[in-house]
Amino acid sequence: MEFFPHHKIYDFMKMSRFFIATTLSLALLSVILFFTQGLSYGIDFSGGTIVQLKYEQKAPIDQIREDLAKDKMFSGALITEFGSPEEVQIRFASTSGNVSEDVGDKVRAMLRETGKFDVRKVDIVGPKVGGELREKGIMAAILSMLGIMIYVAFRFEWTFAVASIITLLHDVALTIGVLILFNVEMSLDVLAAILTLIGYSINDTIIIYDRIREELKSTKDMNLMHIINTSVSKTLSRTILTVMTVFFVVFTLYIFGGEIIHGFSFTLLLGLIIGSYSSIFISAPFLKVLGFSVEDYKNKIALKEKNRIEKNKMRSMYEKGTV
Amino acid sequence: MPKGKFNYRLVIFLIAIIFGVGFSMPTFLQSEKGAKIALGLDLQGGLHMLLGVQTEEAIKSKVKSIASSIKFFAQSGDIIIDDFRIDEEVLSLTLLDKDEEKKLDEMLKTISGLQVSKESLHYTLSLNDKEKELIREYAITQAVETIRNRLDQFGLAEPNVAKQGNDKILVELPGIKTAEDEQRARELIAKAAHLQLMAVDEKRKDRVNTMSPTEAAQYGDVILADARSEQVRHILKEIPVLDGSMLSDAKVSFSEMQQPVINFTLNSEGAKIFGDFTANNIGNRLAIVLDNKVYSDPVIRERIGGGSGQISGGFSVKEAHDVAIALRSGALLAPVTLLEKRSIGPSLGADSIQASLMALVSGFLLVSVFMLFYYRIAGIVANIALIVNLFLLISIMALFGATLTLPGMAGIVLTIGMAVDANVIINERIRELLRQGMPMAQAIDRGYENAMSAILDSNITSIITSVLLYVYGTGPIKGFAISTAIGISVSMLTAILGTHGIYQFFMPRIEKSKNLSLWFGLKRSY
Repeated sequence: MEFFPHHKIYDFMKMSRFFIATTLSLALLSVILFFTQGLSYGIDFSGGTIVQLKYEQKAPIDQIREDLAKDKMFSGALITEFGSPEEVQIRFASTSGNVSEDVGDKVRAMLRETGKFDVRKVDIVGPKVGGELREKGIMAAILSMLGIMIYVAFRFEWTFAVASIITLLHDVALTIGVLILFNVEMSLDVLAAILTLIGYSINDTIIIYDRIREELKSTKDMNLMHIINTSVSKTLSRTILTVMTVFFVVFTLYIFGGEIIHGFSFTLLLGLIIGSYSSIFISAPFLKVLGFSVEDYKNKIALKEKNRIEKNKMRSMYEKGTV
Repeated sequence: MPKGKFNYRLVIFLIAIIFGVGFSMPTFLQSEKGAKIALGLDLQGGLHMLLGVQTEEAIKSKVKSIASSIKFFAQSGDIIIDDFRIDEEVLSLTLLDKDEEKKLDEMLKTISGLQVSKESLHYTLSLNDKEKELIREYAITQAVETIRNRLDQFGLAEPNVAKQGNDKILVELPGIKTAEDEQRARELIAKAAHLQLMAVDEKRKDRVNTMSPTEAAQYGDVILADARSEQVRHILKEIPVLDGSMLSDAKVSFSEMQQPVINFTLNSEGAKIFGDFTANNIGNRLAIVLDNKVYSDPVIRERIGGGSGQISGGFSVKEAHDVAIALRSGALLAPVTLLEKRSIGPSLGADSIQASLMALVSGFLLVSVFMLFYYRIAGIVANIALIVNLFLLISIMALFGATLTLPGMAGIVLTIGMAVDANVIINERIRELLRQGMPMAQAIDRGYENAMSAILDSNITSIITSVLLYVYGTGPIKGFAISTAIGISVSMLTAILGTHGIYQFFMPRIEKSKNLSLWFGLKRSY
């Protein structure tokens, strides 16, 4: 089976002008959204308490609200259905630091009248821990981008490193923008998904960069636009195929993975699409924007090669004892 | 029919298969023997808590115990001390007789980390910063030890208690099934188990109901509630006669009324202090105080040697049992507070396992069917590598004793998608060469060569992010990082080396065949 005409070279550079302009401004918009509206943070980062219940029949949400309203502790609590009509999630901002007391027991006692249920989960995150988790998360994101940048700079060229980081920032910004639009809560899982998408998106980018590097070495063509178009076209089938396979599995995770992992799989799905899009339309064309010069690169390689030969010559002369 | 060709790649791959299948069996069969993957708390249900330690309380109680020993020293040496007070972390006292100054000074010198400032005969004592830091550190390690001890004696399977960061304690209790068990475990952890034997202030006991705590403090007294009723109050000398640090054992037994009581035994130093005190205070009362509640205050009828005593006070059998455990494993020097708690019921864990298995199986089926249709035999080869990848991933996780969490499951599912990536890259490269008219055998070897740098670079960057996710992630997220990192590393063995070995094995047949559609799913021959 083949999906793609294999000999066709698409003019990605021409298309990319439009795409770069559009999505970079969308990414910018996301940043503005982030600073104005902001993400809604889950209790992992803001601190708070979540109690999850499962009833044997449909959960009587109104009655639960009424019963819990009797205690000040639950004032302002958000009581919602969770995944199925039997399941309820109770969420509120306050936390208790007492080890021997338990809010689960309290809920059990207060809702005794509402029917048979099971306390499935109690999460309490103190405000101090929430702040620490957030710091660590941001740290992980920044460090992984730095790590990737250093690696790419080492394996390729600094222009490649800068272009790849811009692509990653674009991906993360867009993803966060969509999360804000869809009102997806920022939790530890969602953070993990964002970090995964960083790793995944750079994967796609590197496959394309690898091809560009190969083309640069093999072709006599000095036109960067041509080289980029050829490389992206030749890797296109791989990029789409891999995205498809990963998309399959993440989609099944989204469908079958259960409510708990919804945020995670949604973010990953989103990241997959954004990540491969940006690899094709942003990462490679951006090399041109950054002023990458084919000539300089070829000269540099030639110089390296010359130095290597020189060195080998010196060595062999030394070994023969002529120096 | 040409025979297959063995090669080193295939041999390594076969070893990997045997290794993978062999070491993943204990996990699949859930057998008793062999290393298995343990399920994380979010999958099997259980309790995860992050506790903070209030270390300043440890400093206060250290100051208190210094006060006790100064008092004991003064009494046994007939040194008269007036106006002996504790104010948070500072002790103050006045010596009446100047002749005894030298004796006291020498004694104070033996207490490590004590800062002494004197104004004629008025002493102000406090701990220096270095000593305070030591106490803080010790309070945390001691709390970790104590909580671990208590939970071990409580009889739970594999409790995990570990210090986290500088001042936190991670407690993980897998497999807690009922709310009642959870409650008992939490109480056991939080119980200070601070036993004190304190003298009743006989002079002021009649005024106990009218006196305010501040007034009591002026007399060096403290007012504590009775264990049975909050309303009943006792006035006691603030500086205890001795405390639980001198306890050597505690056991549950039954009184004549068949009530559970706790018998405790003091160590030799404690027994001596106890003996001396009871001898000097016949007719007075001694209160037995546990966690600032008075359990009893019997009148001392005679000198009590041997250093044993009893705590009675309407315990249930379970309570008495838990208090005895807490006393035996020692008091918590500093109280603990709850910073984070995640408790997952077993039914939720079971649901999560089912859901993620479903995702795993259907994800695997979708990918492998797709690979089969798109690449034909090359797809089958990639699928074999994928299956071996999963076995190896499970084996390695089992051997490292890794725990499988829900995000970890997600990581395994994701690995399926990522692992075939290498094969897609390789197959696309091979197809490209075939289209240029290269013979199949040569195209395969060249395809692997060309694909290598891209696969390596992309996998290494993925591993970089996994490692950072592991370092900066917490709890279940670490599980995700582990499974993806192992999955990606293993895929380099299975998807690159393994599949190459298979092709080389079939090389004689491939060389004869011209059927590009059968082998690599190409539409027509070129």
